[in-house]
Amino acid sequence: MPQDFWGRIVYILQERGPAYLDGAKNTMVIALISTFIGCIIGFAVGIVQTIPVSKKDNIFKRALLWVVRLILNIYVEVFRGTPMMVQAMFIFFGSSAVFNINMSMWFAAFFIVSINTGAYMAETVRGGILSIDPGQTEGAKAIGMTHVQTMLYVILPQALRNIMPQIGNNLIINIKDTCVLSVIGIVEMFYAAKSVAGALYTYFESFTIAMVIYFILTFACSRLLRLWEKKMDGSDNYDLATTDTLAHTSGLYSYTAKKEEDE
Amino acid sequence: MSGEIIKINHLSKTFGKNVVLRDIDFSVSTGDVTCIIGASGSGKSTLLRCLNLLETPTTGEILYHGEDIAAAHTNAAAYRAKVGMVFQSFNLFSNMTVLQNCIIGQTKVLKKNKEEAKKRALAFLDKVGMAPYINAKPRQLSGGQKQRVAIARALAMEPELLLFDEPTSALDPQMVGEVLDVMKQLAGEGLTMIIVTHEMAFARDVSNHVVYMADGVIEEAGDPKQIFSNPQNPKTQEFLKRFMRG
Repeated sequence: MPQDFWGRIVYILQERGPAYLDGAKNTMVIALISTFIGCIIGFAVGIVQTIPVSKKDNIFKRALLWVVRLILNIYVEVFRGTPMMVQAMFIFFGSSAVFNINMSMWFAAFFIVSINTGAYMAETVRGGILSIDPGQTEGAKAIGMTHVQTMLYVILPQALRNIMPQIGNNLIINIKDTCVLSVIGIVEMFYAAKSVAGALYTYFESFTIAMVIYFILTFACSRLLRLWEKKMDGSDNYDLATTDTLAHTSGLYSYTAKKEEDE
Repeated sequence: MSGEIIKINHLSKTFGKNVVLRDIDFSVSTGDVTCIIGASGSGKSTLLRCLNLLETPTTGEILYHGEDIAAAHTNAAAYRAKVGMVFQSFNLFSNMTVLQNCIIGQTKVLKKNKEEAKKRALAFLDKVGMAPYINAKPRQLSGGQKQRVAIARALAMEPELLLFDEPTSALDPQMVGEVLDVMKQLAGEGLTMIIVTHEMAFARDVSNHVVYMADGVIEEAGDPKQIFSNPQNPKTQEFLKRFMRG
């Protein structure tokens, strides 16, 4: 074992590099998949929360909606209101002890992180939907779209764009917070770093490496999402669909009639 | 092809304690161009929104070819596909291009195939003079351009009746003309329209029926020439005097 700091870092990377990589891989797999599932849960819950109820609707529909919303509200409040680490212990060990359900560690990991993300995303999606100008809904209704069509083609695409920064937030939080899953035995980044630190007795060096890797992962994700947002916005200018060159400002002409045939 | 499309009987609308429409009777036949005029807050827009079921009437009936669409069991979406609406604030879908705005209703509501929908959308966009802008997003257009696209989107649904809710009120004076020209052309082609407007000259020249509303009541209705040159109701006289002087 080298005596200086950098020497020990290089030594750890050489000896235990694969363990770190494995941990990073597990962290990313859990974070990405759970964020994705969480978003789907969030969208489902957020949509149900924003279904309009009018007095014209029959009593069964209103009663059913009331019960479903009550359950969803309890879900959101409970999972937002308790620590994920406690939930992990409660669900993973509790399910086998009390209900005799033997969850696999991995299933428990995805389940816990997804359902947590879903609880936060539900409120985010609700906010995203409410942020869209009611005129968009009226415009869609005025050409005869149903509530589902209005949501699917008009409101949700715009809401999704508006909540992209928050989805990015959730992904980054999940990358970091998967470390609490080490309490149920998942070998992610934190677990890997702790093992290395314990085995080689190099706490400072091991966790320095963990810090750097965590930062690289979150930073890369945040930049990639920023790019994706830009892509969703589309280009800032547009081509005039005419071959009349007098309609164009000199030098900006890029539309060709052939292009239209290609489409 | 003529006959009554819509007949309103004893329509009233209240928001809480606030009575906005009182016992409105009104009818529209094929080919009619009806202008509804009146001061702000007189209930013109609410009446139009009731016609498209964006507001639910408190009492009264709206008969569409004899069938009461204000009743609870009505399929509002199917009805709205036949009665178009153009809004003061355009309400173009901001996540779609101009072309997509005009196609989506045809493919998703009328279930037309993409090719046909595109062809028709292009034809209507051409009619309102917006064909070169098919690739633009609404945020890249001026108000007058947006409103012309909104008209094309409504026309692409081939509505039996088209409702205009103050289509030029949010526009700069020089853009008002381009939108009114399109509407004038549509009136000439025999499209049935109900227009809520503050453009008195347009109402006088283009419509064949004018309705004057004040405080939620239809005060006077009839032939535009008669209403503008020789109004009978003192309230109408008062209202028009302000415009004619200005």
